[in-house]
Amino acid sequence: MSVLAFYARNAQEVLGLIWEHMYLVLISTGTAILIGVPLGIALTRRPAWRGSVLGLANVFQTVPSLALFGFLIPLPFLGGIGARTAIVALVLYALLPIVRNTYTGIAGVDPAVREAGRGMGMTDGQLLRLVELPLSLGVILAGVRVATVVGVGTATIAAAIGAGGLGVYIFRGVATVDNTLILAGALPAALMAIAADGLLGLAERRLAWRRT
Amino acid sequence: MTAALEVSGLSYALPGGGPERRALVQDVSFTVGEGETLVLLGRSGSGKTTTLKLINRLLEPTAGEVRVTGEAAAKLEVTRLRRRIGYVIQEIGLFPHFTVERNVGLVPTLEGWPPARVAARVREMLALVGLDADTFGARYPHELSGGQRQRVGVARALAADPPLLLLDEPFGALDPITRVELQREFRALEGRLGKGMVFVTHDVREGLLLGTRIGLMHQGRLVFLGTPDEFKSSEHPEARAFMAAA
Repeated sequence: MSVLAFYARNAQEVLGLIWEHMYLVLISTGTAILIGVPLGIALTRRPAWRGSVLGLANVFQTVPSLALFGFLIPLPFLGGIGARTAIVALVLYALLPIVRNTYTGIAGVDPAVREAGRGMGMTDGQLLRLVELPLSLGVILAGVRVATVVGVGTATIAAAIGAGGLGVYIFRGVATVDNTLILAGALPAALMAIAADGLLGLAERRLAWRRT
Repeated sequence: MTAALEVSGLSYALPGGGPERRALVQDVSFTVGEGETLVLLGRSGSGKTTTLKLINRLLEPTAGEVRVTGEAAAKLEVTRLRRRIGYVIQEIGLFPHFTVERNVGLVPTLEGWPPARVAARVREMLALVGLDADTFGARYPHELSGGQRQRVGVARALAADPPLLLLDEPFGALDPITRVELQREFRALEGRLGKGMVFVTHDVREGLLLGTRIGLMHQGRLVFLGTPDEFKSSEHPEARAFMAAA
């Protein structure tokens, strides 16, 4: 049975899983932006925290994703079976590129520009809002793009803990040695990653200030 | 009449105790009146730039007092103090994502001037430094030459009409011909503006050309203070070393 025939027969279920998958990625990346950008900004104000915060984010990144999902299950409030646990794990994964790029982007602003701004009497908030964030927006968006693309891939594993998404087909296909089923899950996930990469790359080029 | 700037007993040491605690500026005192340009001359590391940063509180003095038009700098809110002091640095530090107009209008805008007044002021300031607002106003800094950028830097520093201007080797990074051009124009500007200025340089010729007085810094101390003519005939070994290099 071809993949297309499978989709025709299960259209309702496929659309539902695609939606679940997008939901997992959007909620987790969105949360990671809300936590990661302020955290990255905080690191530029408190450079002493940099090592420990980026180190911790790095550690989450190195834990194999299936293991991280497993570790989270027994935790109270955050864990359990289902989408919530998956979102927590996906947020932890997305944090590193976002925090790191926010920090690197702002730290990379020309020191002369920063000194001129301070010397002319800008408050720290004005310097951040008018100078540092606009100048580092491209780098921050690049971090969001990496986090989103990685998130689309990692979210397929969320099916292992009952969070749904396109991983459902992949795991079912692996268990029954059914390549059509694996493809049915993997294809839309791959397309989603490509689309996210393209859209966010476009946003990066449109919004980011550049010297050309 | 109060002086634009009074500095008395100004000192700065790097944080951290111990005998090796280095004093970068020690007991520096001078006064700059309206329309006067004090040139702080000295070698690299002599404390000239540090002294400037102590005046606009980019660094906080460890001892001594700074008064701007009679008011104690330490008692003013730091952003208010800095908006009353024009500041020009060698790297200029124009905001690359702002047009020339927005760069020049920055401090008036921060001060809450109405847009029409900011726009008029920007035109006036650009004309003052020899740039046509219609030609250059909408450009970005990377579309300008080094000399034009530094003109914009001076226009920006003057925009909110501060009584005091601090300039840290403003022409240091320019090619020799542009540098001489800007020095000449700056000299003409000094008389017209009637502001107090502190001009940091290690170029003795520039100092003698632009200064109404020369302050010579050596190892964190002000070792000579006087007119350019007095400087030329000074017996101080550091002054003589500078004159020999001129």
